[in-house]
Amino acid sequence: MDNENNILEVRNLQVNFKTYAGDVKAIRNVSFDLRKGETLAIVGESGSGKSVTTRTIMGLNASNADIVSGSIMYKGQDLLKKSEQEMEGIRGQDIAEIFQDPMTSLDPTMKIGRQIAEPLMVHKGMKKDKAWAQALEMMKLVGITDAESRINDYPHQFSGGMRQRIVIAIALINYPEVLIADEPTTALDVTIQAQILNLMKELQDKISTSIIFITHDLGVVAGMADRVAVMYAGKIVEYGTVDEIFYNPKHPYTWGLLSSMPTLDSSGDELPSIPGTPPDLLDPPTGDAFAARNAYALKIDTEQEPPFFKVSDTHYAATWLLHPDAPQVTPPAQIVERQKKYAKMQQALAQAQQTTGPVEEEEEQQ
Amino acid sequence: MDYENAEKILEVKHLKQYFNVGKSDEVHAVDDISFDIYKGETFGLVGESGSGKTTTGRAIIHLYEPTSGEILFDGKNVDSFTSKQERRDFRQEMQMIFQDPYASLNPRMKVKDIVAEGIDINNLAKDDDDRTKQVEDLLETVGLNKDHSSRYPHEFSGGQRQRIGIARALAVKPKFVIADEPISALDVSIQAQVVNLMKKLQREQGLTYLFIAHDLSMVKYISDRIGVMHYGRMLEIADSDEIYAHPLHDYTKSLLSAVPVPDPEFERARQEIAYDGDQENDGKERHLVEIAPRHWVRAADDEIDMYTQRAHEASLIHD
Repeated sequence: MDNENNILEVRNLQVNFKTYAGDVKAIRNVSFDLRKGETLAIVGESGSGKSVTTRTIMGLNASNADIVSGSIMYKGQDLLKKSEQEMEGIRGQDIAEIFQDPMTSLDPTMKIGRQIAEPLMVHKGMKKDKAWAQALEMMKLVGITDAESRINDYPHQFSGGMRQRIVIAIALINYPEVLIADEPTTALDVTIQAQILNLMKELQDKISTSIIFITHDLGVVAGMADRVAVMYAGKIVEYGTVDEIFYNPKHPYTWGLLSSMPTLDSSGDELPSIPGTPPDLLDPPTGDAFAARNAYALKIDTEQEPPFFKVSDTHYAATWLLHPDAPQVTPPAQIVERQKKYAKMQQALAQAQQTTGPVEEEEEQQ
Repeated sequence: MDYENAEKILEVKHLKQYFNVGKSDEVHAVDDISFDIYKGETFGLVGESGSGKTTTGRAIIHLYEPTSGEILFDGKNVDSFTSKQERRDFRQEMQMIFQDPYASLNPRMKVKDIVAEGIDINNLAKDDDDRTKQVEDLLETVGLNKDHSSRYPHEFSGGQRQRIGIARALAVKPKFVIADEPISALDVSIQAQVVNLMKKLQREQGLTYLFIAHDLSMVKYISDRIGVMHYGRMLEIADSDEIYAHPLHDYTKSLLSAVPVPDPEFERARQEIAYDGDQENDGKERHLVEIAPRHWVRAADDEIDMYTQRAHEASLIHD
């Protein structure tokens, strides 16, 4: 482990999927860390590789997946070198996942009490009575009302929001160190989504788990994440703290994502959109994969892949625009606004530091 | 929108749509709602799942027999068409864009046949050449090209399929288009493309939209006016800017407070407002009341003063 604060370190991960048409290069050299107790959001469009990344961590890839290279270090051990049997001991125990669709991720023929208690019986060898008693506690914790009588109900007797609470209860029953949440609220209404997100934050404080949060909803990211990684075409193109990504983004793809989402106070005739569609990963383009859709593309983007350029100690972006020789460009209007806000925030922070001395560690992390 | 001289294209009057009537599981999916849509505007319909917004859309295009109430399209009751021709004209003038671009296109039909189906049924093409030309023009209008016409749906991405769905709806030159969650199955960057396309088509062809969605920020962006539904009832109708800036009904406030905003500072300070749905079920008689100019709120007689007070505080009324 490079850093003792890291609970998970993914290095140079490359995953291909074998198909009749050839190898689909779904993950192309992805590296990131997950720190203890933090929420790391991975954002990107469908097909950008965010779900494949987490499925590789869980060892749940389809049989045609080929892990070409890389390592996933968890507590000093490489998960990619584990046997299927060893992974079974880790999944649901150390690393658990909340799946996207609460309608299909529960067994329709099994009482929910048994589904929640199952990880305890499997991983801890707990007896049924004790496991069910703990399942009941967990149901109360995730806010399922009237838990005593509902423990014997089947999934179809619950609403979507309640089912997602059950899925969360299953994932958390063993107090996992790492929790992967793959679009946990995409299928839910906004009011229910708000409840579930609040619940996740509360539970994270209670059992101090680290969360990898996968979503395409930047609004949710803004409220949940400590750090953000933006993925495009199987690569991470920018990562930083949530403030750095939202107020001082550097990659044109991040600019596009942020401006194509209307905020409640945006108006005007044309919504900024990213033209075109993501590239075909059967045959990824040379150079920067985003170049074809990028209004700010430089000549070098089509020839050579940009390395990560450092913006701050915590903020890196893979775009040639950050190269010292690159021309100065003006980002879209909405991004300029965000950067102004960032400058103001930095200023306020500097002033606060001058008057009250250094900001305490805790505050900085938030 | 200039509402002073605007003409109504659709009037929904006391629409009730019940299912399983008389059985123990009777559902009041839409329970006595009334609203109008004006020519050339986009009317957004928002609400949570189960609020009845989709049922309302389907009842308007007459996929159901309404339990009671009237739907007038261009002044004519859609429930009382007598001749086949009248019904055919109605189907031509009102079209629908569906939510799921994967399920709503027949996988065994070529794109040109999907798009031309309405043209064929309504005999809108003089001959085969004309039909081909119309299809190619339509594909071009929605940002595809004519080479796409002989392909099958599976060869397209989600965004492209939704464009095909839009081309199909436009093929019969409708006046009124119901778009039921047309972008919720698409990626963020593609959503913006489709919304821009819909806006462009509206400008060029003078279409009227009923835009049904649960993504409140997108609905606000595309709509001129918005209606908020909850438990089959219409709770508030107002101009989209106004309803977002100054919601008067508690439910609208609660719904808006739950919308995640891509701004971390805002998110850290966010306070959700809870809404107790039971307050609607106290047995009081409620109906939509125009509290401020063109701002309607569902209220009981003794609640009107409270809402008027709120409107005053928000400076929606001055006197």
